[in-house]
Amino acid sequence: MAMAAPLVLHLLLALLLGLGGQSRAEPERDSLREELVLTPLPSGDVSATFQFRTRWDSELQREGVSHYRLFPKVLGQLISKYSVQELHLSLTQGFWRTRFWGQPFLQAPAGAELWVWFQNSVADVDKSWKELSNILSGIFCASLNFIDSTNTVTPTASFKPLGLANGTNHHFLRYAVLPREVVCTENLTPWKKLLPCSSKAGLSVLLKAERLFHTSYHSQAVHIRPVCRDAHCVSVSWELRQTLTVVFDAYTTGQGKKDWSLFRMFSRTITEACPLASQSYVYVDISRNGQENESLEVSPPPTSTYQAVILGDRKTYAVYDLLNLATFSGSRSLNLQLKWRQLQDIGYIHYQPAQDRLRPHLLEMLIQLPANSVTKVSIQFERALLKWTEYTPDPNHGFYVSPSVLSALVPNLVGAKPANWEESPLFSTMFPTSDSSSYFVRLYTEPLLVNLPTPDFSMPYNVICLTCTVVAVCYGSFYNLLTRTFHLEEPKRSRLVRWLANIIRRIRGVPPV
Amino acid sequence: EAGPGSLSRCLAYLTSFPSPSVWQDQAEQLFKSGHTNNWAVLVCTSRFWFNYRHVANTLSVYRSVKRLGIPDSHIVLMLADDMACNPRNPKPATVFSHKNMELNVYGDDVEVDYRSYEVTVENFLRVLTGRVPPSAPRSKRLLSDDRSNVLIYMTGKSRISNFPFSSQEPWPGHGGNGFLKFQDSEEITNVELADAFEQMWQKRRYHEMLFIIDTCQGASMYERFYSPNVMALASSQVGEDSLSHQPDLAIGVHLMDRYTFYVLEFLEEIHPASQANMNDLFQVCPKSLCVSTPGHRTDLFQRNPQNVLITDFFGSVRKVELTTETVSLKPDLSSMGYSHLKCHEDEELAEPLSYAAQLPVAQIIHQKPKPKEWHPPGGFILGLWALILMVFFKTYGIKHMKYVF
Repeated sequence: MAMAAPLVLHLLLALLLGLGGQSRAEPERDSLREELVLTPLPSGDVSATFQFRTRWDSELQREGVSHYRLFPKVLGQLISKYSVQELHLSLTQGFWRTRFWGQPFLQAPAGAELWVWFQNSVADVDKSWKELSNILSGIFCASLNFIDSTNTVTPTASFKPLGLANGTNHHFLRYAVLPREVVCTENLTPWKKLLPCSSKAGLSVLLKAERLFHTSYHSQAVHIRPVCRDAHCVSVSWELRQTLTVVFDAYTTGQGKKDWSLFRMFSRTITEACPLASQSYVYVDISRNGQENESLEVSPPPTSTYQAVILGDRKTYAVYDLLNLATFSGSRSLNLQLKWRQLQDIGYIHYQPAQDRLRPHLLEMLIQLPANSVTKVSIQFERALLKWTEYTPDPNHGFYVSPSVLSALVPNLVGAKPANWEESPLFSTMFPTSDSSSYFVRLYTEPLLVNLPTPDFSMPYNVICLTCTVVAVCYGSFYNLLTRTFHLEEPKRSRLVRWLANIIRRIRGVPPV
Repeated sequence: EAGPGSLSRCLAYLTSFPSPSVWQDQAEQLFKSGHTNNWAVLVCTSRFWFNYRHVANTLSVYRSVKRLGIPDSHIVLMLADDMACNPRNPKPATVFSHKNMELNVYGDDVEVDYRSYEVTVENFLRVLTGRVPPSAPRSKRLLSDDRSNVLIYMTGKSRISNFPFSSQEPWPGHGGNGFLKFQDSEEITNVELADAFEQMWQKRRYHEMLFIIDTCQGASMYERFYSPNVMALASSQVGEDSLSHQPDLAIGVHLMDRYTFYVLEFLEEIHPASQANMNDLFQVCPKSLCVSTPGHRTDLFQRNPQNVLITDFFGSVRKVELTTETVSLKPDLSSMGYSHLKCHEDEELAEPLSYAAQLPVAQIIHQKPKPKEWHPPGGFILGLWALILMVFFKTYGIKHMKYVF
């Protein structure tokens, strides 16, 4: 018995050690976070930014790494073989219109852009750069093999490393951009295949090429850099960020309303978070709620909100946590919807345009005015020039536009009973009131006197005179010259008169006729 | 896959027919073709939007070949222009082969290996002969060996001028005897192609090859072949034009060429276990449908086309060997110990690291600019000065030299 006890103890100890030795399972050294940010843009369109971040707590520079879990093997081998410290590759189609859309999170130039920081241990940077761009062209099906010395530069002041760096010797930096590069499904396919959940689960199910390329801006990027593993920052982890930004322009192209939903944009809804992800969020920017008389409503209601100062503005985001089962409560899928509501409803509009010399414009609107605000209503119209006989004798006075009429129901601050018409004084019974909560009032604006250009009414007379004179003088002269013939004619006289005239002529000394 | 399927069929025959010789014939039939892997090189050589149909041709063959089992790593797809994301495409990220947009041959999972300006005669010949630069990635190489069946499909224009209108039918393209144009700027001749195939044969880069070309006077492209085990098909004979099939009014261009349209229809009915053979493919587009006469050439091929399955070239049929032996895998204890060591090593570094400042203005301003290297003046400047001095002294005489120096 006494012998058996230590034997059992030994056995137990051996078993424990054995178990401990083999089940000292590696704590997972890589983690995935995915997020989607939906931002309604000031122009009415929607921008969607996907980010997938894989962080890998490993030292890639040392040999012997052969087990890849979430971090894609093809990129890990690339980093260790070419001693890359940072890699940033983006493929973009379109241009981010800052004026209409506001500031982007991360902008990229149209075409392909590649910039790489190499480690200090690299001997021939140009050779590594050339080989790296060739390998990347094979991975991403892009013509990055056209990157050579004719389109590569070494910036000296910008493009500092975005990750951890000890010393920044710009000799190890290379930058190239290919503006002619086209982005299409063949670039999206390998990009999607680098994601841990590929396009099968999580946010990546929304990445369907037919919808993503029917946009006015499409940018996909891969960023690899070393980051601090924790707040103390004594050890280094590798971070791979894959970002994709698209701007759906259904509203400006007139094909849709400002309301949107995930199904309408991506023709899919989210059914679950990526099982390999440690965090999976969808953020919807609701900062513009309440501005410019528009309110928005997000359904289903978010699990929480998040406020922060992003790019200099205070913004509010509705947060949906996909790993929280409450988000998918009820339905098996999450279809976010956003609806815009005008705070001022124009409930009724009647407009009758004018017809010249027949009838005037008529515009009637029923508006609900919010409290403590100023509402301006304006209408543009044109007056056509009249015929000269239609003018009044004093046209330089101007033309009148009739005043507008405002009929309003104003709420009563003080309760009042409805008046009995026969018993009340006359001044309180002008307008009939149905109840005592509000009273009716009709207001008028000032008439508008418009000074229009006045024609010169003496001009018709002047024109007639001048024309007739010209016609008479010129045409008449020509007519006479052309049609008159001249011939000489002798006047005929009687013999008596001729005899008398000769006598008088003889007296005068003039030769006789 | 044909392997286990056929094997089970063989066993079935064994039970139904008592004579073992039939089974042996079937088994021999199964292993007669002798290839172990399949490769496909699909080339579209034309650029510009009005050549949409050539890209649709190539993509429909790509689609069939992928559907029948050849993986992307064994397909080299070369498209000279991008139609799917072309700004003129009313439905982005799609390429249709049927009008009314029935079939999107571009799909969601496509990998184009050579695109846009990379599709040149030189790159095509390098792919075929294997003489790619050492930096070329794996997806851009044809890594076939002497047991590979290679399918080569080419489509494009072979007309001397690009003038599309002729007295004949809609959208011919076409008229070049013995050459195929690449992107309207260079061409490949039938002699070059035949020599490339001979190089492939000498370097044992294929076991059997099927060459299909859809262009005008396509038969002229294969008349110079002289390497063994090559079978060729063309969409039209010498002197004939190869015509396009149908325009789509929404997209505004012709969607496919006739020959490839009917080949695609034929291939849609093929599945990986199909027994259709090459003779069926030769009958695919009779003159009544295609207007041109498709031609084929089998004199260099050693097997009877009757015995060649479609899936020998278009599919990826693997021969599977089943074994009942077990192999035990030892756990890799060394890596676990190593990683434990690494953890300790990491903790020894105690100095905190920091991120670089993105715009250190003071540092940038005080950067010393790199001194410009001095280069001696070039020959042109020297020659110009020599000429000026010579003219001066000739005119004014040598006595002025003392005033110059």
